[in-house]
Amino acid sequence: MAVLLVLAPILCSAVAFATPSNRTRPSVVTVGSLVQLVLVAFALTRPHVEGLNGWLLLDPVGRIVLGFTALLFAAAGLYVPGYLAQRSERPNRIFCTCVLAFMGVLALITEAHHLGLMWVAMEASTLTAAPLLYFNRNARSLEATWKYLLLGSVGIALALLGSFFLGYAAFYTGGEPSLLLADLVQNAPNMSRSWLHAAFMVLLVGYGTKMGLAPMHTWKPDAYGEAPGLAGTLLAGALTSGAFVAILRVYRICAAAGEADFARKPMIALGLFSMLVAGVFMARQKDFKRMLAYSSVEHMGILILGIGIGGSAVFGTMLHMLNNGLTKGVLFLSAANIHRAFGSKSTDDVRGAIRRVPISAALFLAGFFAVTGSPPFGPFLSEFTILNAAVSSGQFVVAGSFLVMLVIVFMGMGSTVLLVVQGEASSSTIQPLERERVLTVAPGIFLIALVLLLGIYIPEPLDALLRSAAASLEGP
Amino acid sequence: MAEIVDPLLVVVLLINFFVLGTSRMHSIVNGSAAQGVVLGAIALFAHGKFGVASLIIAGGAVVLKGVIIPSMLFRALRDVVIRREVEPLIGFVPSLLTGAFGTALAILFAHTLPLAPEHVGTLLVPTALSTVLAGFILLTTRKKAITQVVGYLILENGIFVMGLTLVDAMPFLVEMGVLLDLLVGIFIMGIMINHIQREFASQDTTHLTQLKE
Repeated sequence: MAVLLVLAPILCSAVAFATPSNRTRPSVVTVGSLVQLVLVAFALTRPHVEGLNGWLLLDPVGRIVLGFTALLFAAAGLYVPGYLAQRSERPNRIFCTCVLAFMGVLALITEAHHLGLMWVAMEASTLTAAPLLYFNRNARSLEATWKYLLLGSVGIALALLGSFFLGYAAFYTGGEPSLLLADLVQNAPNMSRSWLHAAFMVLLVGYGTKMGLAPMHTWKPDAYGEAPGLAGTLLAGALTSGAFVAILRVYRICAAAGEADFARKPMIALGLFSMLVAGVFMARQKDFKRMLAYSSVEHMGILILGIGIGGSAVFGTMLHMLNNGLTKGVLFLSAANIHRAFGSKSTDDVRGAIRRVPISAALFLAGFFAVTGSPPFGPFLSEFTILNAAVSSGQFVVAGSFLVMLVIVFMGMGSTVLLVVQGEASSSTIQPLERERVLTVAPGIFLIALVLLLGIYIPEPLDALLRSAAASLEGP
Repeated sequence: MAEIVDPLLVVVLLINFFVLGTSRMHSIVNGSAAQGVVLGAIALFAHGKFGVASLIIAGGAVVLKGVIIPSMLFRALRDVVIRREVEPLIGFVPSLLTGAFGTALAILFAHTLPLAPEHVGTLLVPTALSTVLAGFILLTTRKKAITQVVGYLILENGIFVMGLTLVDAMPFLVEMGVLLDLLVGIFIMGIMINHIQREFASQDTTHLTQLKE
């Protein structure tokens, strides 16, 4: 089962690659993502999913990420045919192949319980995402892809160095040399502290680059700005969450070694700094896709901050990871529709979208309210839980800064979003009007409904899953 | 083991300096290729025993880092008129000096780190750290896309050396996975270089400055 979750999408990607017709190929992506959704749903009902001698294991954190990314992939999969039909002038063989391969690689990240295997999967995700960014094949997307590729590869190379440091920390004390997560957690109390500290810092920077934490976030606005909105969905919703899972695995080893306090300080610092950078660059941001990239920087900051705060904030972080992933899907897919309808992504040209593409504009607006933590959407609940935990554990400075940043981001993002959605439509940008199609708006409606539901009611099994995920990160 | 491995590690360090100090693109790629071959040899001896797995990994490293990747880079170089890295961000002598200083620091730093008994007094950890640093210097101070890729390769080589301290922890499959990822990564970078070349009629990454706030 564990192996099948990885192999099924990769098999589908081979089918997509072999499909000769540009017109029918996108539906392979739809079928593949739906097959994966069924497989994941089945896997989540099983109490125990394991494979390859414990190298693959579906733990509570992995279940959450695998579950919501499967939903996101299904939404993206339904969106693909409608989107690529509008871009029928471009060959989409590589695009479709890479989207499906990316799904398989992401499943591998969530399941991998061997640091080496996890690294291989993270690097593979970088590589499968690169062609998605370069879909538009112009000078700007070339620059974005080059920066993403180089920065991502260096970050991930550092993560490998950190994994070796971690292995050495255990090996030094005479432990059996192993990079299996279970062995490392077990050996953690005896690890060499200096190697462990070095390993954690290098891994935090390495996988933090993939997550897009400031100051290693510089690839993000370029990549999300130039890539198709669909690629933005996969990166901001799924890939960054995968990188966060990698950091969580390392954090768990630190917690097991009794070094959670050491690990939390840099996490709080990076989290707040990411939110600050996002807030500063979001203000007066004219390019609404770049704005979404900074929103992603902000939310990655919130996730890492939540772990840094600790206590009940860890539960809030698990919930927020889920909320953020789904909301990013709404935002990027609706932004892509607006981008296509206006042929521009700058607020100089794009105004009054509510009149031209009413459903997408409404989704964009709803997504904005959700992602900035307005009730009754899910992120409100998770951000409130994190804030509450910071206050109740006496971290008033952190809580205060967190709140201030949220307000700054709300204002900065709001001014751009309102301009796009309402604003006075300028007459100079009359383009052939593209009707909204069911396939390009339905996935967004589906996702925002989920986000709304999560803000009102968390089903019992999900609540239990979130709690056990939070408990697994607290260490013994 | 140390008496065979240590001289080879010194060669790795010397290649770092050579690559940092030269302006000829062909020499830079050749340097990285030579380093790849030496690393393969080190991997063979560092395993201590000559099993099938260690032979395959060492052979894989030699073929990949010493032959396939350099030939991909040479192919990318073929169409370029300019054969030298002109005007790097910092000069060749300063970057050489930074590399030397970094190596000295790495050796001193490795002395203060707690090392397993079999690694005390060997050059394994200092070489790893200073090679990573040399890769970083190349990546950040050179403008040509190819030189940046070689910088990434050298960085990866440093990490490979660090991985040799944990040979028993790295299962065969993972090690092959790492090599495969490297190959595909360089392959995609090669394609991108090709497109940069076509788009701007140059491989200078200073053209890539349209996107900013």
